[in-house]
Amino acid sequence: MSNLFVKQSATATFFGRLGRHALRGIEQIGDATMLGLGALSLFFVRPWQGKHFVLQLSALGVGSLIIIIITGAFTGMVLALQGYYTLAKFGSESLLGAGVGMSIIRELGPVLGAFMVIGRAGSSITAEIGIMRVTEQTDALEMMAINPKQRILLPRIVATTIAVPLLVSIFDVIGIGSGYIVGVELLGVNPGAYMAELVSTVTMHDIYGGWVKAVVFGFMIGMICTYMGYRSEPTTEGVARATTQAVVVSSVTVLILDYILTSFYL
Amino acid sequence: MIRGEKLSKRYGDVTALSPTDIEISTGKITAIMGGSGSGKTTLLRLLAGLEAPTTGHIWYGDEDLCGMPVKRLYELRESMGMLFQYSALLNSLNVYDNVAFPLHEHTELDESVIGTMVSMKLEQVGLRGFEDLMPSELSGGMAKRVAFARAMAMDPRVVFFDEPTSGLDPISAGVISNLISETSRKNRMTSIVVTHDVDAGLGIADHVILLWQGCIIAEGAPESIRNSDDERVQQFLNGRPDGPIPFSRSTTSYIDDLTHKPGTVRFAS
Repeated sequence: MSNLFVKQSATATFFGRLGRHALRGIEQIGDATMLGLGALSLFFVRPWQGKHFVLQLSALGVGSLIIIIITGAFTGMVLALQGYYTLAKFGSESLLGAGVGMSIIRELGPVLGAFMVIGRAGSSITAEIGIMRVTEQTDALEMMAINPKQRILLPRIVATTIAVPLLVSIFDVIGIGSGYIVGVELLGVNPGAYMAELVSTVTMHDIYGGWVKAVVFGFMIGMICTYMGYRSEPTTEGVARATTQAVVVSSVTVLILDYILTSFYL
Repeated sequence: MIRGEKLSKRYGDVTALSPTDIEISTGKITAIMGGSGSGKTTLLRLLAGLEAPTTGHIWYGDEDLCGMPVKRLYELRESMGMLFQYSALLNSLNVYDNVAFPLHEHTELDESVIGTMVSMKLEQVGLRGFEDLMPSELSGGMAKRVAFARAMAMDPRVVFFDEPTSGLDPISAGVISNLISETSRKNRMTSIVVTHDVDAGLGIADHVILLWQGCIIAEGAPESIRNSDDERVQQFLNGRPDGPIPFSRSTTSYIDDLTHKPGTVRFAS
């Protein structure tokens, strides 16, 4: 009887914890949505934040350019190598251009590009906003009659939404180009065949699909990273925890959304 | 006149401020004093509208700050300033841009006029010539003075000072106290100063409010506070470790805890 009691109690404790975590998660999603929408609703409210959009676009976009170029180049090179040895088994090396192009434009460009932006820019957004909270800079803005949601959150959400598709486009071009160099120059694939298969296989539908993914990922990265920073506990440990959470939650969200969007676009 | 009516604030199970009525006279310096954790910063943040009270109302004239539309709140804040405990300078801006920030945001003034105004404010706090320094290059006292200049940039009618002298050497603390006193009287500003610095608080204030455990235990002119018969007031003013205000926050006796803890040595009675 007592064993049964202990067992039930442990089960109850497990589901109790699970329920609390689930409720906390739902509460956070609701809070993040309200905060993000609250910030976005200030888009058309004066004063315009044009200068701050440009500054953030420069900091987040231009700042991430080098890492995007490097990642895109090596992704295209590895894809060409792997693709060549797989296709060579079936005597279809000429399809290399199509394989590299489709993989990068539809999948790897948006996902890896988003991961790079999360690591390079998303974490810094969370840390920067978190530190502004710790040092009462957001309160100081409030007291100077400046809405921190409009000044701090909105430009960053808009900047990531615009920057990610632009960076992904660069990633795609660099990836396909580096795939060409490895495939054609190093492995001896016919250049005409590489380009012809690429052009005939990749359609505008694929390119639009990649851009839609990039826009959605950019928006979600902006929403999650600004939320984590703005709601971080105002301590050094709290900011560190929020930064880690922002990277983890953003990355997982990108993967989940990637599956959902891919299932719509196939 | 700023008036708090049955103001209280709870954080979860912790009561930071018990229901309190408070009046801040226009054009006067009001010092809110008390030990650490007595609720004075909470009261200041409520009065500034940075936090919503759990119960009660805050009246600015005949307007209630609680539930006020954000647009109106920001209009009201254009005539307010605040000096934060850790200065809260914007890290990405230099001294000049920090002081000029509210002027850039809320006025259409020409840059040359803004430059002259910033120079005046920095001269007032003795930091003219330091415009290009970044906040990370300033000492604590300098950062407080820049924050003071920024709080005064718009010539506010109401200014909140959160621990303006904490962490400063006596000279810097004296400079800040003098600045608050002189500027408030010259500009007929309503100043609300939160401090646990007895000399600074009683030295510059027209009216003093003393808090303990989230409740007002005394208020009045500095002289009446000094001459108060209340043991708690005298203990705070004279910094006595023994008295009705306990130093220890523990609810149980340390000796009892030691002797009743399993595995600890029992003392022979």
